[in-house]
Amino acid sequence: MTMSISKKLVFYLLLTVSALLLFAPAIVAFLMSFMSSQDILTGKILPETWTLDNYIKAFERFPLFGYLMNSFIVSLLITLGQLLLSSMAAYAFVFLEFKGRDTLFFIFIATMMIPFEASIIPNFQTIRGLDLLNTYTGLSLPFFAVAFGTFLLRQHFKQIPKELKEASEITGMGDVKFYLTVVLPVAKTSLVTLGVYGFLTSWNMYLWPLLSTTDDTVRTVQIGLKQLQSQEQLNEWGVIMAGGLIVVLPTLILLFLGQKKLQKGLTEGAIK
Amino acid sequence: MKEAVVLQEQYRKIDFLKIKKKQKRIRFVKGMLFLLPSMILFSVFLFYPMARTLYLSFFLTDNSGATTVFVGLDNFKNIFTSPIFLKSLQSTFLFVLYTVPGTIVISLFLAVIANEKLKGISLFRMIFSSTMGISVAAASVFWMFLFHPTMGWFNQLLEAVGLEAIGWLTDPKWALISVSISTIWMNLGFTFLILLGGLQSIDSHLYESAEIDGASYLYKLRRITIPMLSPTLFFVITVSFINAFQTFGQIDMLTRGGPQNETNLLVYSIYQEAFENYQYGTASAQAVVLFVIILLMTLLQFKLGERKVHYQ
Repeated sequence: MTMSISKKLVFYLLLTVSALLLFAPAIVAFLMSFMSSQDILTGKILPETWTLDNYIKAFERFPLFGYLMNSFIVSLLITLGQLLLSSMAAYAFVFLEFKGRDTLFFIFIATMMIPFEASIIPNFQTIRGLDLLNTYTGLSLPFFAVAFGTFLLRQHFKQIPKELKEASEITGMGDVKFYLTVVLPVAKTSLVTLGVYGFLTSWNMYLWPLLSTTDDTVRTVQIGLKQLQSQEQLNEWGVIMAGGLIVVLPTLILLFLGQKKLQKGLTEGAIK
Repeated sequence: MKEAVVLQEQYRKIDFLKIKKKQKRIRFVKGMLFLLPSMILFSVFLFYPMARTLYLSFFLTDNSGATTVFVGLDNFKNIFTSPIFLKSLQSTFLFVLYTVPGTIVISLFLAVIANEKLKGISLFRMIFSSTMGISVAAASVFWMFLFHPTMGWFNQLLEAVGLEAIGWLTDPKWALISVSISTIWMNLGFTFLILLGGLQSIDSHLYESAEIDGASYLYKLRRITIPMLSPTLFFVITVSFINAFQTFGQIDMLTRGGPQNETNLLVYSIYQEAFENYQYGTASAQAVVLFVIILLMTLLQFKLGERKVHYQ
């Protein structure tokens, strides 16, 4: 398939204009985070002098570093929990045959119909009752089990030849060993996809961290940003933007590294 | 003698059945063990809360959320006669109406132009999917500035062309639209990524044979791309619907439900009722309404997408 030059030009024009428009809010934030407050107040588009003051201030006035660590720990916990639980469940649905399997599978599907937002009140009471408010466990535990992750991994586990499983049975290999030494290594790519997705979504969580944390020691960076935004004077936009950029940097890097895998994995998990 | 043989045979059969039964039980226990962690968590953090929410919706509660008086359907009667909740429902539906088509149309356009094999296309794909990596909190901060009454770019732009400034987030006429615009932006990345994946899984032979027949670009788009993409499109539309009903973060950051409750979307209303007014009963009734809406949406997805979505 070759394209005429004029057609190519049209596409490049469309792509560039769209990219500029789409990325503009982020670019504005990026530029502002390097501006002095005077530049911002006078409505400059480009910083007159590039300064790191806003970043220094953001770290000085808020326990931003602690927030980042908290977010990192919570996201990592959720990601690992999801990978473990989803892969175990997917293994059972693909490689084990037992009574009631289909019913259980239906229950997994049914979980997708219950929005977490509709069950926050009892969940808050449960976590409070277990004395888990303001703990990493309370922040992450409710998100370990995910039907989506199970479906995604199930699609990939199904591509592993059944003969492998039969051979493992003949050699007397147990299910746990087969799951650990054969299935997980073979499905590495899909595990990475789910891991990236899980990390992205947990890092960006808002409602649950807002409810389940009340002090700075475990608060995640998203809620920190809300604090920063509501406490800062309106003429300190540079500091707020610097905070915003610090928050998105880890996920943007992760997204750019894993974009191809994510796109493939998510489409397969969603459609097949 | 003969009887003895028969007996023996029977014993063997029973033994065999016993072993088979035992194996079956072992297999069942094994399967359950692999599924147990997920099932326990689903029960504690999803099924129990759902039942509990329904239960709470029939009661009045004290400030800590303990039930005090059974009031039957009164909570539901109250919310459906409360102008504030009805307003919230109306705003939620309007919000869905603004954001879902907007998100789908724009990301479909982006996915189509980013599906061409051109040099440097992966850079554009990265930019188009970037908002998926930008959290609601950060995105809200970015947009809050753009909407700023004096310094914001939108009003600067209006001023530059000689129009009057708009109170994007403070004018009741504009607030919901402004929040919708920023929400569309936040959703684009994810939707784009899924749609691009859908486009790339379309068999290229279809395009090649259409090209031999001399089909135009638009013809191919209409006759091959869109129909072949329909399962993906369907999935994205459903997900967007459900997400729109669950919107919370940008409301909390940008408008706090105001002005005049114009942007008081369903989840924000539940949050306020429960965690600011401590009215757990009515908040639960609202949550039940949200649950029913999402349930209907998901069922619709399964029903309509039955032929396209295979789970087993």
